[in-house]
Amino acid sequence: MYTTDLSGKPPPEVVREDPDKLAAFEARVANDEFIEPKDWMPEAYRKTLVRQMSQHAHSEIVGMLPEGNWITRAPNLRRKAILLAKVQDEAGHGLYLYSAAETLGVSRDEMTEALLSGKAKYSTIFNYPTLTWADIGAIGWLVDGAAIMNQVPLQRTSYGPYARAMVRICKEESFHQRQGYEIMMQLAAGAPAQKRMAQDALNRWWWPSLMMFGPPDDKSPNTEQSLRWRIKRDTNDELRQKFVDITVPQAEAIGLSPPDPALKWNQARGGYDFGAVDWEEFYAVVRGEGPVAKERMQARVKAWEEGAWVREAARVHAEKRANASHAAR
Amino acid sequence: MSDPKKEWPLWEVFVRAKGGLSHRHVGSVHAADAKMAIEHARDTYTRRMEGVSLWVAPSAEITASDPGEAAALFEPAEDKIYRHPTFYTIPASVKHI
Repeated sequence: MYTTDLSGKPPPEVVREDPDKLAAFEARVANDEFIEPKDWMPEAYRKTLVRQMSQHAHSEIVGMLPEGNWITRAPNLRRKAILLAKVQDEAGHGLYLYSAAETLGVSRDEMTEALLSGKAKYSTIFNYPTLTWADIGAIGWLVDGAAIMNQVPLQRTSYGPYARAMVRICKEESFHQRQGYEIMMQLAAGAPAQKRMAQDALNRWWWPSLMMFGPPDDKSPNTEQSLRWRIKRDTNDELRQKFVDITVPQAEAIGLSPPDPALKWNQARGGYDFGAVDWEEFYAVVRGEGPVAKERMQARVKAWEEGAWVREAARVHAEKRANASHAAR
Repeated sequence: MSDPKKEWPLWEVFVRAKGGLSHRHVGSVHAADAKMAIEHARDTYTRRMEGVSLWVAPSAEITASDPGEAAALFEPAEDKIYRHPTFYTIPASVKHI
């Protein structure tokens, strides 16, 4: 989900790895063992993981913005406290993932620079705007729901720090989805205008949520290697199908309908047939043309630049006190 | 933009869940000093009362054994099975031993 690298650049030169070391590494991974920070690993594995983990972290941090937009306008105190807790969790999730990525030898500042300069990607879903309160419900239910689908299998991904971060995140993600669904449930059972608002939010967030799982399998050339290295545990299409099968009944239970006329239960397959995803929209958003992509990056750049004096003041203050106590000995 | 000298240092975080258990490593935080590191560790790793005690240590102060040397480092313990109680056969009739 986070390995998107559609920069159009040719792949970097393949590093010639020691065949014995590579074979030993692949055997460990095939044996369901965890690779830890100082273990030998192929350069391609390290690079892919740095990209995937840092882009996953960037997604959490940028993901605070669409929901942060409604904190001041939550309909009541309970909703406001819950939304604050959720957005706080997203910051925490970003930090777990940055912390895990740093064990691979990349620094926090390097990763931040990659995000703010546009070199690094984050999940395309966060480039869509939150237009109504119901969007907060739709995001919790669908976007966090899709994230859970992706994150649960990653609890056994091959890289130890990433797997442990996933375990922590999964424990916290469940409330995120439930609070979103609860919002949709209440709106769908409310006044006609509230029900319309909920249906409208579902209409706008459904397809982008399906796109979160990434391009179709036949357009994902790295899938085989990622599966072999246990960086990925299921294919994009497998997860997407599972998400549809689980989510459609949840919509029906509250009287809402996903905006897909082709949605139909297929008894033979034991799953839902669903309509074609508009991949042109997906690639456009990956290219940076998402509805509020510019606003998201502006918000992040502003936060970084306006926070510079805080980082600098804290650093200098700590240095001064350290020197003073050193001199006093 | 990224100047290693200007980054806040990295601290490893250890959390103890309850009295009697030991601290477990949970991850890291960046902070300007120890007090900030404790506060960031609390905000990042204990939002759900996961801990009653926090330790933070500068990452640079931690030395880890080299996994490439693990075989040689731990070799002396490999064949000393007589360190385990099950190595010794005591008749069942003898109690409390």
